[in-house]
Amino acid sequence: MSTTAPPARRKDLLDIESLTREEIVFLLDTARPFKDLFDRSVKKVPALRGKTVLNLFFEPSTRTRASFEIAAKRLSADVTNLAITQSSVTKGESILDTVDTMQSMKVDYMVVRHAAAGVPAFIARHTPAAVINAGDGNHAHPTQALLDAFTMREAVGELAGRRILLVGDLLHSRVFRSVSTVARKLDMEVGIFAPSTLIPSGRPDYMQAFNTFDEALEWSPDFVYLLRLQRERQAAHFFPSLREYHHVFGLTRERFLECRRRGIRIMHPGPVNRGVELVDEVLTYEHCLINRQVENGIAARMAVLYWLQPAVTPLADEKEEVAS
Amino acid sequence: MSQAAEISLLAAPDIRHKIERIAAQIVETHPDHPLALVGIHTRGAILCRRVYAILRARGRETAFGTLDIALYRDDLDNLGTIPSIRGSDLPFPVEGAHIILFDDVLFTGRTIRAALDELVDYGRPARIELAVLVDRGHRELPIAPDYLGQSISTARHDHVRVCFTETDGREGVFLTRSAPQP
Repeated sequence: MSTTAPPARRKDLLDIESLTREEIVFLLDTARPFKDLFDRSVKKVPALRGKTVLNLFFEPSTRTRASFEIAAKRLSADVTNLAITQSSVTKGESILDTVDTMQSMKVDYMVVRHAAAGVPAFIARHTPAAVINAGDGNHAHPTQALLDAFTMREAVGELAGRRILLVGDLLHSRVFRSVSTVARKLDMEVGIFAPSTLIPSGRPDYMQAFNTFDEALEWSPDFVYLLRLQRERQAAHFFPSLREYHHVFGLTRERFLECRRRGIRIMHPGPVNRGVELVDEVLTYEHCLINRQVENGIAARMAVLYWLQPAVTPLADEKEEVAS
Repeated sequence: MSQAAEISLLAAPDIRHKIERIAAQIVETHPDHPLALVGIHTRGAILCRRVYAILRARGRETAFGTLDIALYRDDLDNLGTIPSIRGSDLPFPVEGAHIILFDDVLFTGRTIRAALDELVDYGRPARIELAVLVDRGHRELPIAPDYLGQSISTARHDHVRVCFTETDGREGVFLTRSAPQP
């Protein structure tokens, strides 16, 4: 039986930093019954009936967008996808003009992904719609962190005192920032292992850094979280070659066997670069949580959509827009 | 605000008696076929569990489930605090089942409307009936109980509270009178 009252609703979800521990736990608790819905004959509930969710993706994405779309549809919302390459932004329209246009279509929720950090927050300030950050530059990817925390809780129960080792490209990773923050807020111990060129400066003290993969595994993490090597974000060369990266920072066959011996759970936000971050065998390992992360993403995003509350539209400020 | 007086409507023995009578009526109405009892969170589920225990003691083949109607409410938009979701648990096939739905208090009927919508999302029951401990009137939808503990007349703004030991540490049905909102 739930004992504490649910936290007050927010308008936007922009990062993990601004969430309290109670809010995070509430969202994780709420995601669990949503997951149970997936086994019903009718997988939808009418909580967001009549609402419109706009997926506003200024950066390519298939799985995150699909996950949000399914989450919204299972809450009975209507979903519109706007991909940058097909929109007038390529014709020179500014972000705010795009948002204004969408607003005049009475959108209730906007799911925003952009290559520049801060764009979702910027949009949130200019729309009464509830805004969810679906990844902005190197900054944050809060729903990924929530689904990861949900997946970890599902695997081991209480997370306080558990250890997570984050491996790979920390510098370019919004997933790293959000996952390490959520782990910290849930009282987990956070370890990192990465090429020195890919460790952000100003790393918080609570993170323990390791010099070799073996040393990191000796620390006995409960979870090894492999970050995707963001090849598309790397203009400069941060390491000699992919083969070299795999050899030093990847989950090689040897290290995988060590993880299996220790019963360590393996996670990855996807999509996986096979042979770079990990060897193929990992994907069939019983404690590989990668597919569960994908499944849980829908439940976690449903919890977020359920919790957020769009502001009441200020009628006086409404603009007359002519659809072309 | 001063504490309004709480009037006791039913005491512990009354509640026990009402629940036994509801159970007896159910057995009388359904002498043979298996039943599925479904309680609406939170106190409807407790009422349901008690009736279920009586039917089981009489050797009736009965299933027990709980329903969380939070996601089916028609007023989610207006709520500053969103209800916690405990989830529904219907560990039997809803398709073709004879379901009896339980709630502690029947008021506007909107909770029951939500519960009916949710039930049919699990499958197509052969029949759904409704059992409540207290009917306080002021219906906003065409819904009526099939099994009823006690009907009481109330004003629209009165507050009726059912207390069970499991959730409230005491047994009883209480009425608090309050002035109509301006």
